[in-house]
Amino acid sequence: MSAILSINALRKTYEGGFEALKNVTLEIERGEILALLGPNGAGKTTLISTICGITTASSGSVKVGGHDIVTEYRAARNMIGLVPQEINLEPFETVWSTVSFSRGLFGKPRNDALLEDILKKLSLWDKRKSKIMELSGGMKRRVLIAKALSHEPQLLFLDEPSAGVDVELRKDMWKIVADLKAQGVTIILTTHYIEEAEAIADRIGVIRRGEILLVEHKDTLMVRLGQKQLEVQLSAPIEDVPEALSGYDLTLAADGHALIYSYDVKQDRTGITGLLNAVAEAGLVLSDVQTRQSSLEEIFVDLVAEDAA
Amino acid sequence: MNWTAVAAIYKFEMARFFRTLLQSFLSPVLSTSLYFVVFGSAIGSRIQEVDGIEYGAFIVPGLIMLSVMTQGISNASFGIYFPKFIGTIYEVLSAPINFLEVVLGYVGAAASKALFIGVVILGTAALFVDLPVAHPVAMILFLVLTSLSFALLGFIIGIWAKSFEQLQLVPLLVVTPLVFLGGAFYSISMLPPVWQTVTLFNPVVYLISGFRWSFFGAADVPVLVSLLAIGGFTLVCLAVIGWIFKTGWRIRD
Repeated sequence: MSAILSINALRKTYEGGFEALKNVTLEIERGEILALLGPNGAGKTTLISTICGITTASSGSVKVGGHDIVTEYRAARNMIGLVPQEINLEPFETVWSTVSFSRGLFGKPRNDALLEDILKKLSLWDKRKSKIMELSGGMKRRVLIAKALSHEPQLLFLDEPSAGVDVELRKDMWKIVADLKAQGVTIILTTHYIEEAEAIADRIGVIRRGEILLVEHKDTLMVRLGQKQLEVQLSAPIEDVPEALSGYDLTLAADGHALIYSYDVKQDRTGITGLLNAVAEAGLVLSDVQTRQSSLEEIFVDLVAEDAA
Repeated sequence: MNWTAVAAIYKFEMARFFRTLLQSFLSPVLSTSLYFVVFGSAIGSRIQEVDGIEYGAFIVPGLIMLSVMTQGISNASFGIYFPKFIGTIYEVLSAPINFLEVVLGYVGAAASKALFIGVVILGTAALFVDLPVAHPVAMILFLVLTSLSFALLGFIIGIWAKSFEQLQLVPLLVVTPLVFLGGAFYSISMLPPVWQTVTLFNPVVYLISGFRWSFFGAADVPVLVSLLAIGGFTLVCLAVIGWIFKTGWRIRD
């Protein structure tokens, strides 16, 4: 696959001296979904703004579909759609007029059938004649998406798409993203919600203080950093971990009904077989066994904390 | 050139105007009528002819210019300030368009609105007084150039402004005094000699004088000087806007 977005040694220092981006280098492949995770002020929005032409870079270069964003800005920006984090919409305009405006602004000829299709997919068709100010917050966010899609981007930026959005709408949004991916659109989204990245991204990038800490395939990241827990539930409660099991790093659940064993999936020998044998030998009767993989959230928190240490 | 984008901005801005057509149309008609009642009938009846022109007719070019200038500025400054204020400017900045296309769209729309209002005032005035138009082509040229150049100035103000107060500042503190002191309601020759010289530093004098010439064939300053003045002013505004987009001053971080 060829890279649709190449960021090379990108730096952005604001007038006050704040370094929002420090030497960011990143390649995004055509058709993938990349989630950029990072705490507030990590540089996610600055990165997107710079690629889209809203902010100018201090140094470094960015190419979109092989076109430099400065010298060939028309070709580069033609490929990009941006859904900003803030709900920036003209309150007195109708949904239809604001979406039509976006298409025209990007130099695309009028195509009412396409806009109708986009609005229908985003459940906005019934609201096409409504003024923006009459819409709910979730609806407004859909309008922002419709505006970005109206000019048929090949590379779509979603800056915190589910900030302040209810669970229902968030799920809808994920479906829209999946549909777009199926159409071959490359998507870069920033998010606070790890579950969002986990649910829809192919690759996950972690950004902190203007630096990309890592970019990994989601599954690789889970395996690379994942801790798993094995919970052995006992039919009868015990008060202490038996002497015979002291060789394992076990925690006893508060009610005494379960033993919890943490292991690293990265290791060749997890020690599970030995543990289960030892549990049986110790005369304990099992009622159930569960394993639990640490979520991306835990991985993320670990990673950021590790880096800060 | 991305003409589709220019048309999109132009149409979007004009739609705002047509949504409030009644106010857009009624307010200049009302204010012009008031000027005629006060200056034309009440005061004008006691004033002799100015430069051989009936006073009611004499003030028409100045009245039109006053509205065209203030409307050009306020439409253009609001047109670009509002997207900055509510954040929708992101879309314009990220679109595949250059500064010329942005300016053509916003300033073109603002100038069109100002021109529309100028024509409305002209029509209203024609109901009150006999209005000869000696040089119709020159009249249209002055009207178009004034709408355009003051819309360009308004665009610069809209980019510069950081608040709605600042948006009002220049029209209120600079433009209105310049127009009132620019011979809108009197002939420069009516002033004492010292003030006649001072007045020549007021750029608006050249516009009103040239515009009045296109109606009555008489002017305070040579009409060519007037044309050069408005042409030069337009170029200066264009140069400033070119610089703004090149440096991203107050629009791009």
